[in-house]
Amino acid sequence: MSTAVRRASFRHRIALNLRAMKGRAYPRVVGANRELSWLVTETLLPLLGIAAYVFIYQAMGQLATAAALAGQCGDVPCAEYIGGADAYIAAAQANTADLVAAVVLGGTMVAFWLNVLWSMASQLYWEKEIGNLQLYMMAPMSRMALLGGMAIGGMFMTSVRAIATLVLGVIVFGVVFQVAQPLMLLAVFFVTLIALYGMGMLFASLYLLWGREAWNLSALLEEPIFFSSGFYFPLGSLLRVPGWGPVVAFAGMLVPAALGLDALRQLTLSETAFGGQWLFNVQVELGLLLVLAAVLLVFARFALAYLEMLSKREGKLTSRHQ
Amino acid sequence: MNAHWRTFKVASWLGWEMDSNWTEPWLFVVYSIVKPVAGAFILVFMYVVIVAINQFPDPDYFAYLYVGNSFFVFVAATLFGTFQVIQADREWYQTIRYVYISPISYYVYILGRAISKVLVAAFAVIITLVFGVAFLNLQIEFSLTALPTFIASLVLGLGSLLAIGICLASVSFLTARHTHGLAEGLPGVFYVFCGVLFPLAILPPWGQALGLSIPLTYWFEITRRTLTPYTSDIDPTLAGYSDTTILLILFLSTLAFIGLSIAVYRAGEYFARKAGKIDMTTSY
Repeated sequence: MSTAVRRASFRHRIALNLRAMKGRAYPRVVGANRELSWLVTETLLPLLGIAAYVFIYQAMGQLATAAALAGQCGDVPCAEYIGGADAYIAAAQANTADLVAAVVLGGTMVAFWLNVLWSMASQLYWEKEIGNLQLYMMAPMSRMALLGGMAIGGMFMTSVRAIATLVLGVIVFGVVFQVAQPLMLLAVFFVTLIALYGMGMLFASLYLLWGREAWNLSALLEEPIFFSSGFYFPLGSLLRVPGWGPVVAFAGMLVPAALGLDALRQLTLSETAFGGQWLFNVQVELGLLLVLAAVLLVFARFALAYLEMLSKREGKLTSRHQ
Repeated sequence: MNAHWRTFKVASWLGWEMDSNWTEPWLFVVYSIVKPVAGAFILVFMYVVIVAINQFPDPDYFAYLYVGNSFFVFVAATLFGTFQVIQADREWYQTIRYVYISPISYYVYILGRAISKVLVAAFAVIITLVFGVAFLNLQIEFSLTALPTFIASLVLGLGSLLAIGICLASVSFLTARHTHGLAEGLPGVFYVFCGVLFPLAILPPWGQALGLSIPLTYWFEITRRTLTPYTSDIDPTLAGYSDTTILLILFLSTLAFIGLSIAVYRAGEYFARKAGKIDMTTSY
């Protein structure tokens, strides 16, 4: 094959795959605006879940304050506490405000994790169930372009909802974010998303092989990831808990959301919030996220090719309800 | 009546098979345990973190939120169990047209399909409570004299949950593939307004009024009074109500919600038929 033909062929493949990505992203972007009921189900309703966690912290803060007013500042009498009851109450209120902000941020990022699980990881399985998968498999595009389009569409769709939830959360709970490094914040956010959706692409190929286990696995991966990735509490604070605390904190880092949330919290709250106990500094976390993103995307590419071949061999590629 | 009972039995069996036969029994048991225990862990970690930060442990409050969260497993599972039926049959298995035109009550069919999830949830609640007692120092002070009250409140609480679930299922006759968003989001209403995790007293007056209009608030209150009576000081909102009064309110509100579920179901079905949406599929 001549160089000119190879170049033309390469350009053709690139153009084809970009069109495929656009084509797969399009229904998600359009679908985001077509049914306005999603505004309720994916912005207002998640806010209620966030509110529940916010109220837990506020209830605990009020109990600590009430105890301080009665003379008990944490585990010591207020007379022995440096600064006395007033200092303890001020610290408890500041901690509560930081925890509320951490919950609002985590609750916003939950939307992305759920989108990764239900609209990325289980999407190929869903496509198989409704009969679209065989059409995708016959099309002359790269499967990664298909997944990439799903990811871009999903990111857009979810970002719209997440931003709405974040804005509502900030207004309703009076959260104040202090962003000192906006470019770093954007970098961490987008690298976290790429790593998360890379994980979704990897799962998508695994789910292709599995049958109905896929749905149940997605359901199973919700709560354990919520707690191990610190969606509703600062994961770094577990480092203070002797024994199992650091083990859980570092195990949670296998999911990119843990590092991403920790970095985002450092960049939007004060670095001294929660006593300045974080997993790593922001630069290290961004570096780890970049590594995770690259590794997950490469794994996704190989897993997809291997499992497509395997499911074709086992005759499971288009068999439904198994 | 026999036809309804037969529909209920067969739908329950079908629901159980669909829920459990995707894997080996031991894996299904593990799955049924891991999910609720992990859910409880979110709260345990939140509690641990704030105690570590404020240096202020409050075991009574921990028991309050742990028991509330354990029984909330019923809420999430029952609501999901009911309102996912229509979406699953319509969009996933695409069998709704065959079931719907068969000579059965589709309302009873939905109830039957949900029962397996209620049973699995009951198992999960027990496991979560046992885990709390065994590993988290949760104190359960249950006396046999409270058993009738506990059982009555459980039956009424589940009845009201099924009624609310049917209302949601009826709405899903008309909506696209939103089951997951609804499943995640709607329990949030009850999470916030029913005194599940924090005292109702912390809510603004309108929030407390809303909470007091939902039967689940009374169910959670009576459940705590029977299992962890030492937590009754945490929320003063229902302190003036006797157990009997709370049970009576729970009974009447459950009846009201069952009536509402029948009305909403008929309305949802009517509009779905009129719009030709009974067997609608979407492919986002």
